[in-house]
Amino acid sequence: MPDIVVLVAHPQQQHSRVHRALMRAAAQVAPARVEVRDLYALYPDYLIDVPAEQACLQGARLVVWQHPIHWYGMPPLMKLWLDEVFAFGWAYGPGGHALRGKDLWLVASTGGPAESYRPEGYNRYAFDAFLPPYEQTAALAGMRFLPPLLLHGAHRASEDEIAAHAAVYSQRLARYPDWPELGDLQACAPCAVPGDARPDAAR
Amino acid sequence: MDAGTPWLLTSLVYLGAAVLAVPLARLLGLGSIIGYLAAGIAIGPWGLQLVTDAAAILQFAQFGVVLMLFLVGLELEPRRLWALRRPIFGWGSVQLLGSTALMLLAGVALGVDWRLALVAALAFSMSSTAIGLGVLNERNLMATTSGRSVLSVSLLQDVAAIPILALLPLLALPGAQAAAADGGWLAATKAVGVIGLIVLGGRLALRPLLRWIARSDTPEIFTAASLLLVVATAALMESVGLSMALGAFLAGVLLAESEYRRELETDLQPFKGLLLGLFFIAVGMSIDFAVVLAQPLLTLALVLGFLLLKALVLLPMAHWMPIPLAERPVFVLLLAQGGEFGFVVLQGATLAGAIGAADASLLVAAVALSMLLTPLLLAGIDRWVAPRLASAGRTQRPQEIAEPQHAPIIIAGFGRYGQIVGRLLNANGLSATVLEHDADQVETVRRFGWRVFYGDATRLDLLRTAGAAQARVLVLAIDDIDQSVAVARLVREHFPQLQIVARARNVTHYYRLQQLGVELIERETLDAALMSGRSVFELMGWERHAARNQALRFRRHSIELMQRMAPHSGDEKKLIALAKQGREQLEAQWAAERAEQAQARGDWQRPTE
Repeated sequence: MPDIVVLVAHPQQQHSRVHRALMRAAAQVAPARVEVRDLYALYPDYLIDVPAEQACLQGARLVVWQHPIHWYGMPPLMKLWLDEVFAFGWAYGPGGHALRGKDLWLVASTGGPAESYRPEGYNRYAFDAFLPPYEQTAALAGMRFLPPLLLHGAHRASEDEIAAHAAVYSQRLARYPDWPELGDLQACAPCAVPGDARPDAAR
Repeated sequence: MDAGTPWLLTSLVYLGAAVLAVPLARLLGLGSIIGYLAAGIAIGPWGLQLVTDAAAILQFAQFGVVLMLFLVGLELEPRRLWALRRPIFGWGSVQLLGSTALMLLAGVALGVDWRLALVAALAFSMSSTAIGLGVLNERNLMATTSGRSVLSVSLLQDVAAIPILALLPLLALPGAQAAAADGGWLAATKAVGVIGLIVLGGRLALRPLLRWIARSDTPEIFTAASLLLVVATAALMESVGLSMALGAFLAGVLLAESEYRRELETDLQPFKGLLLGLFFIAVGMSIDFAVVLAQPLLTLALVLGFLLLKALVLLPMAHWMPIPLAERPVFVLLLAQGGEFGFVVLQGATLAGAIGAADASLLVAAVALSMLLTPLLLAGIDRWVAPRLASAGRTQRPQEIAEPQHAPIIIAGFGRYGQIVGRLLNANGLSATVLEHDADQVETVRRFGWRVFYGDATRLDLLRTAGAAQARVLVLAIDDIDQSVAVARLVREHFPQLQIVARARNVTHYYRLQQLGVELIERETLDAALMSGRSVFELMGWERHAARNQALRFRRHSIELMQRMAPHSGDEKKLIALAKQGREQLEAQWAAERAEQAQARGDWQRPTE
């Protein structure tokens, strides 16, 4: 049973040197330990097999979301996956403990260079300003949000830079959970959701 | 021959000769026609002399040709015949008039009397419908361009035989048959009357009559009626001096749209086969080797000369029609050879006194020899010429063969289904080689600018020409289930690299394809029906997106269920049980989901705090 599940979501994988390299790197780490799920290839019709996805997460310790940042967030299929798989009563809410204690790691790329994520840059905010929805998603599900692995300016990255980035990625996956910074991270404080808060979330 | 029971002995001789000679010829790769001809020579006056009266047998056996044309007519609905009018009257006339003129000129230039030259030219310009269509059928070439071209030209020759026979008396040597042309008008009126009778009768009376006979539920009477129908038509035509074969052809065309077409076909097929065999045997017997041996060089020169002159007309025809390069040798050879109407013309000319008996038997021998040579030459072409042409065609004629050769996609079947696939691909810049076996369909879609090839995809050679060995994907969109399965099997066997994307007409078809290892199969009705289901949900007030989700989930369920049922595809009871079980599971699952949702809504409405 793989203990790392990598969810890749890129709507135009063919055009992405970065994500193709990253996906390759992830797939080569240790097939027995790491399961790579390419969402756009698995669900071209956006019809997500929720029970299968949930079963896959059940055995994992680390859940990786690997995707490009589009409009300061995740691509639509990744979001649909989140909406449907992180169900009320399963991932959060009463009885929703399926993901509690697991780690969530964001591996993302941005088209804009690092300088654009500054008050004077065209993105106006530091990249961290876009992360709270991710952090809180993890928190609500009782997951620990690991420090993201980011690649800015993905369009202009040289082949060497991409290769180096992919190497870091595969090293991290191979060593998990033996990362130096994990010792300092606190386990997630529980966020209890009352049973009547989101009653219609179960689809 | 013994006088006791002559027909029994004769049958023994004919059947014995055929049964021995034909399998032998086929074993040698020479085709059944050569077998029959050889059998004829063997039992004829110049062989074992078991049969001596070749002419009588020939007359009887001509009925095989009549039956054959009836069956050809059955395959051609009036609509399709009308579509063929240009090749028939245009190219048919070019062949007949062109060859006759060329041979007449050659004859006169060599100092032959013009009457003799004209009669010989007319007789030689005919081609054997029996051998031509026989060969085409044997090779499954009827549906190809060359097949239909040979048929068209043969049809025109049949039609032309009528005026030619009528005109022969005019060529008579002075004083020989002065009164022959009398009553020409009366004969013409009769002829038109009979054709009108056949057309009208065929249109109005035949179907009710056949229905009445079929209702008697006596199969052999239906067979008898089928034979009677052809015999009666032939007799009618004969009585006014028209070609029996043409009449039978007409009757066949008129019945082509009737519901009895397949039954008539199946009933008459064996008769046609045997009589046609007898016809070839008779041709073999009728070769007068005495004449041939007396002037061997002259006979040989005649045969080769007329084959060559006719080929001179046919080659440019093949180029302009146009006929694919690889099919040309067969086309030229089948039409260059002499034919049974040649015998008829020569016989008529002798009777009319236009030519002498000695000349006639020399010419008959030449025609018969050319018919004997044809299957032999054909075997030679197959072995040495065709492979070279097929490979040369790839480089020399890019507009016809080379480009599709390299198209990575082949679409077999360009009806309603294949066209949608083709349009989608084409709109996205992917080119495909399209094969369609229905000539009308080909013509229609060609008018819309599609490059579609005639052809029956169940033929290995055609698939190869279409580039199956290089292509990556075959879209199998053929209507007919058996043909579709046959193509899938052929591709699996011979082109393992070719991925099949198949259309399944129904679940059985799906399983048959799956058993052959085809993986990408779509049931043709599934998606359309699901879309309709979505529309119903929407009309019932569902949200559009929810309707879409349920339809797609049902689709997944349906496909999974079918996969689960696949191993039991022969066992109906098991299938029904599994289908029922699957439906119950789905219903239970969805009922639970509905209950959950209702529960959630209930919670929402319940006052909190």
